[in-house]
Amino acid sequence: MKINSVKIISLLFFILSAFYLYTAHQIQVFAFDEGAPFNAKTFPIYLGYAGMFFSGLKIILPDQKPVVVDYKYLEFKKTILLVLTMVIYGATILKVGFFLSTSLFLVFSYYFLGERRWRYIIIFSFPFVAIFMYLLHGMLQVYLRDPLLKFIGIMG
Amino acid sequence: MIEGILIGIKTALSLQNLIMVMIGCFAGTIIGMLPGLGPMTAIALMIPITYGFDPATGLILMAGVYYGAVFGGSTSSILINAPGVPGTVATSFDGYPMAQQGKAGKALAIAAYSSFAGGTISAIFLLIAAPSLSKISLSFRSPDYFGLMILGLTAVAAFSSKGNFLKAMMMCVLGLMLASVGQDTLSDIPRFTFNTMNLSDGISFVLVVMATFAMSEALTIIIKGNDPSKAAKQISLTDLGSIKVNKEETKQMAATIPRSSILGFIIGVLPGAGATIASFLAYGMERNFVKNEEKEKFGKGSVQGLSAPETANNAACSGSFVPLLTLGIPGSGTTAVMLGALLGFGIQPGPRLYQTNPDIFWSVIMSMYIGMVVLLILNLPLIPYIARILAVPRTFLIPMILFFSVTGIYLMSFNNFDIFLMIGIAVVATILRLYDFPMPPLILAFVLGGLMEENLRRSLLISDGSWSFLWDRPLTVIIMLTIILIVIWQVYRSFIKKTY
Repeated sequence: MKINSVKIISLLFFILSAFYLYTAHQIQVFAFDEGAPFNAKTFPIYLGYAGMFFSGLKIILPDQKPVVVDYKYLEFKKTILLVLTMVIYGATILKVGFFLSTSLFLVFSYYFLGERRWRYIIIFSFPFVAIFMYLLHGMLQVYLRDPLLKFIGIMG
Repeated sequence: MIEGILIGIKTALSLQNLIMVMIGCFAGTIIGMLPGLGPMTAIALMIPITYGFDPATGLILMAGVYYGAVFGGSTSSILINAPGVPGTVATSFDGYPMAQQGKAGKALAIAAYSSFAGGTISAIFLLIAAPSLSKISLSFRSPDYFGLMILGLTAVAAFSSKGNFLKAMMMCVLGLMLASVGQDTLSDIPRFTFNTMNLSDGISFVLVVMATFAMSEALTIIIKGNDPSKAAKQISLTDLGSIKVNKEETKQMAATIPRSSILGFIIGVLPGAGATIASFLAYGMERNFVKNEEKEKFGKGSVQGLSAPETANNAACSGSFVPLLTLGIPGSGTTAVMLGALLGFGIQPGPRLYQTNPDIFWSVIMSMYIGMVVLLILNLPLIPYIARILAVPRTFLIPMILFFSVTGIYLMSFNNFDIFLMIGIAVVATILRLYDFPMPPLILAFVLGGLMEENLRRSLLISDGSWSFLWDRPLTVIIMLTIILIVIWQVYRSFIKKTY
């Protein structure tokens, strides 16, 4: 049996299923439901076994169609930078407000992906978000929390 | 039925719904045209918007997006040989060679006419089949529904995963696991919440679909360095040539369209099969039907080779609505997304839908006709302009998709936790995609999870904990035997056939 990335993912899924099964057994059901044919933990228990069964088979059985991923051509740096930008965007959207955090998220994302035409970067960030906010907040009456714009007095 | 059709026409032809069909078709065409983004992503991006409308309008908008995205996928197949969705891969076999011969406009017109004809013919089939099947499915009981759901998952895993049956089954289980997070529907007991209030209501369907499709597709495009803007330079996107189809070509299409429509509709109704299989089968069937000299042209710009898969994939789209509307069980990932959206509206599709919500049932069917007409009228003259969207660089495209995904979730919950959870699921989904773990089975399982548990609960309680409900009724036995046959066929195909 050759160890490859798919087998490792399957092994991780097997462990996840085992943990899921253990947690399913820990679900506290009502005393009168304990011996019932079906209670809150019945379905999850079957799922835990099913997950272990399928991932177990994937680990044991030989790969008929091995997946070849050429890591040379994978853009890890850009992807990680973009994910981190999203995490920061998610963390700041409530505190900083929708306008500034979204605009900055777009500016940094364009930049990280290799865009250097600043005219377009600016057009498709701050004014774009302002129009989007106007459509949502001003026209469709969808509430958008923005403490910064509220502080400045632009938003009510 | 006539009364229902009239209700449907009235609802679908209201000004608001007409505008929604147009917006849906237009937005779907644009999103579907972008390589890597298919109907599921297009619909996922629309869900937060639809929650602002009534259910009929929301569903009409999503249906418009669906047809639009399938049509848009064909456009990128023909113009840049980069199918937006698997269902339009077969379109590129003859569409792209035709475009290379300087007949891109003609190829797009043939695709548009074929899509229109396929979609319209199969919508007539749907009109006839859906009410009849609804009546039959009223006799279905919990064990049958439970069996049907397993059949749906097994079929999707078998047919949509390109030989990765075990991987697809793992994704099904993962989807069911995600669906089990939150309070138990009957007893309100918290499950897998890890004492976090944020998980007590479960994981939002929109969050999962945005993370596994819109967001992870965007991340996959980046990580693979797959640059659509580079591919777009292969042929001129500004000079597409004439869109006129001559008499001879019309005659050829007239022979192809009826048979491909019937095949596409039947394949679309089957759970798991969908537009991809329909288009490939139609292409193969057409090749067998034509004369030897025409056979030679297949793969080099044949009119019939282009018309057949285009007709079939649109017919399959309409066909896939049959199990969704009549049984409440989606047969494909895309209709699973729609089911999730319907449940979000508080509507349970199924055999009683056309009695309890006739306006929704009939207006969706009627909106299909309108959608087809809108696609033809709106898109054909606009194609030369819409095609330029293919030249949008990914440096702008990807951040926009991520922005709409995050905003969609933010607007629904105003909660950081949901955004972080979505990013986490998207990262995992991206890694899984790299190693060919299919996502449609995960979404289908996530949507069906609650219904499956509910039907298993009823079945086990009725049979007092015995699993005999699986073979008590002939219908359940037939369903279970079909599942066993699919599994045996998959095992045979994957292992035994290759060994000997």
